[in-house]
Amino acid sequence: MPVIKVEDLSKVFGRNPERALKLLDEHKSKEEILEQTGNTVGVNRASFEVEEGEVFVIMGLSGSGKSTLVRLLNRLIEPTEGNVYIDDDNLATMNKEALRKIRREKMSMVFQRFALFPHRTVLSNAEFGLEIQGVDKAERKEKAEKSLELVGLGGYMNQAPGQLSGGMQQRVGLARALTNDPQVLLMDEAFSALDPLIRKEMQDELLDLQETMKKTIIFITHDLDEALRIGDRIALMKDGSIVQIGTPEDILVNPANDYVEKFVEDVDRSKVLTAENIMKRPETIDVEKHGPRVALERMREEGLSSIYVTDRKRNLKGYVTADDASTARQEDTRDINAILNTDVPTVSKETPLNEIFNQIYDSPVPIAVVEDEKLLGVIVRGAVIGALAGDSEVTTNDA
Amino acid sequence: MLNFMENVPEIPLAEGTNWLIDRITETFSFIFEPIQNQFGDFMDNTADQLASIPPVIVILIIAILAFFASGKKFGLVAFSIIGLLLIYNQGLWEQLMFTLTLVLIASILSVIIGVPVGILMSKSRIAEAIITPILDFMQTMPAFVYLIPAVAFFSIGMVPGVFASLVFATPPTVRFTNLGIRQVSTELIEASEAFGSTGSQKLWKVEIPMAKSTIMAGINQTVMLSLSMVVIASMIGAPGLGRDVLSALQRAEAGTGFVAGIGIVILAIIIDRFTQSLNKSKA
Repeated sequence: MPVIKVEDLSKVFGRNPERALKLLDEHKSKEEILEQTGNTVGVNRASFEVEEGEVFVIMGLSGSGKSTLVRLLNRLIEPTEGNVYIDDDNLATMNKEALRKIRREKMSMVFQRFALFPHRTVLSNAEFGLEIQGVDKAERKEKAEKSLELVGLGGYMNQAPGQLSGGMQQRVGLARALTNDPQVLLMDEAFSALDPLIRKEMQDELLDLQETMKKTIIFITHDLDEALRIGDRIALMKDGSIVQIGTPEDILVNPANDYVEKFVEDVDRSKVLTAENIMKRPETIDVEKHGPRVALERMREEGLSSIYVTDRKRNLKGYVTADDASTARQEDTRDINAILNTDVPTVSKETPLNEIFNQIYDSPVPIAVVEDEKLLGVIVRGAVIGALAGDSEVTTNDA
Repeated sequence: MLNFMENVPEIPLAEGTNWLIDRITETFSFIFEPIQNQFGDFMDNTADQLASIPPVIVILIIAILAFFASGKKFGLVAFSIIGLLLIYNQGLWEQLMFTLTLVLIASILSVIIGVPVGILMSKSRIAEAIITPILDFMQTMPAFVYLIPAVAFFSIGMVPGVFASLVFATPPTVRFTNLGIRQVSTELIEASEAFGSTGSQKLWKVEIPMAKSTIMAGINQTVMLSLSMVVIASMIGAPGLGRDVLSALQRAEAGTGFVAGIGIVILAIIIDRFTQSLNKSKA
């Protein structure tokens, strides 16, 4: 069951939202609506569901409405139309009292520029959520300390947030959100203000934490690399509308439209694509049936300089090279095992492209993709380079 | 055109105002009179009490406070001791105590009224639209003008002095409070709301602490302005250093006027440094 269910959620900024909504029904663009009504469409009929424990990334360029969308989820911005269900309660229509209860108990938010309270210590920042719930001092201190320990700031409790580096400040922001033990964590460009190295570190830490916490996280970002790294699923936004929702791989391999395709063009594909995406059907010979003669014949047909050898169940045995096979034929050797190389470079089908890249560089033969000893496919150098260059023929072949 | 303008009879604005002031005085005399009596007595008492403390002790207390307020430096301490001794030496001690009372009470009342009004302004655009022109009016209307109704309401003495000072000195506190709260960054407001703050939790835990240094700057201005009102207030019988300045003016005694004026300046500098350091040490 989804924790959060968003239905046709819209936000129109301006004086006459009804008219703008009507124009949206007529599929008018954001610009046309601005021109005709003076209203700005922030979010246009967004619908999605987020499952328990999922990291759901909403990504788009600035002005795409992603920050508005996340604020509609906890109603920091009032929706113009549509519903947001959290555990079957409709957040969009509930009264202020109920909304406050949800914000206190079920949702916490982490902000782009940290939004720490400068007049409070790190500890008292982390206590904030519980403090306004009226939790007593000892208990909230204990919980705040625990969440600060969790993000690795145990030694900084009594410092002012301004004394900490950006990365550490955002850890405080995260700890403050976690102290409430919310079901849902809203992270609005939480790492965007950090420099790239720290950002990567924080992403890793978030993923580590997520292993144990299993929170439902809605993460906003404009950085596709970040989205691909941490997202279980990604929603891509443009001009207030969600243009595609899918796993990182879906989005890269099957971009829904030109916009998405353009967006993913620049991404470092080596981190996202895996062996499975670029492997080819292998040419093999059967270790029990075939000798060097067949091997040589097969290689000549296919224009290969080596060929993989398997048994009848496609279990990988090794490979033979054309040179060895031709020597064997001259010497009239019948047994393929005599010339079999068993030192085979292998990867699994989940191995990311960037790891394959190093391996294939040193390897004299195509890399074998194996699962439980079985040969699934081979990767040739050309396929890796093709995939890195974004050659769609290579990638869609095997998707 | 000219004819048309000539033909319009003069609007009886002055008469109307007179009439209004009279009505207010009559109607609310049951409020004004007790305020004038009780509050006047209270202020006189306070000033007398202050004046009855031996000056050495007062100077010592102020010096000690100055030491801590200025972050344990001796500049302000030395200035306070020398300045106050000079005032004592010139025989203006009692006047100083009256002026201090007037300024403190007027400032405290200004803050009590000004801060909540400023908060109201920051929360409501309508309130801001209504209050801003009133503040402009209070600050630009020449001070002598509202001495007249002040006397009508409260007779003469310290009380109308406080009233005039309130009118003149409250606006900075209101304005700076409004400004300070409006300047709190949206992200901090969002943070406090996202965690489920109520309106008053947001105000007390985030907005006021964040706006505090701006509010304190406004309060500092209020205190300074109410000090600048003491001479004007002395025209309607408020006792203190102002009265000496006024009588020196009337008798064209430059020397006496200068000495009393120096007394006001010394008090102003001490109060200013005190309120500023209050701001710095906690901000």
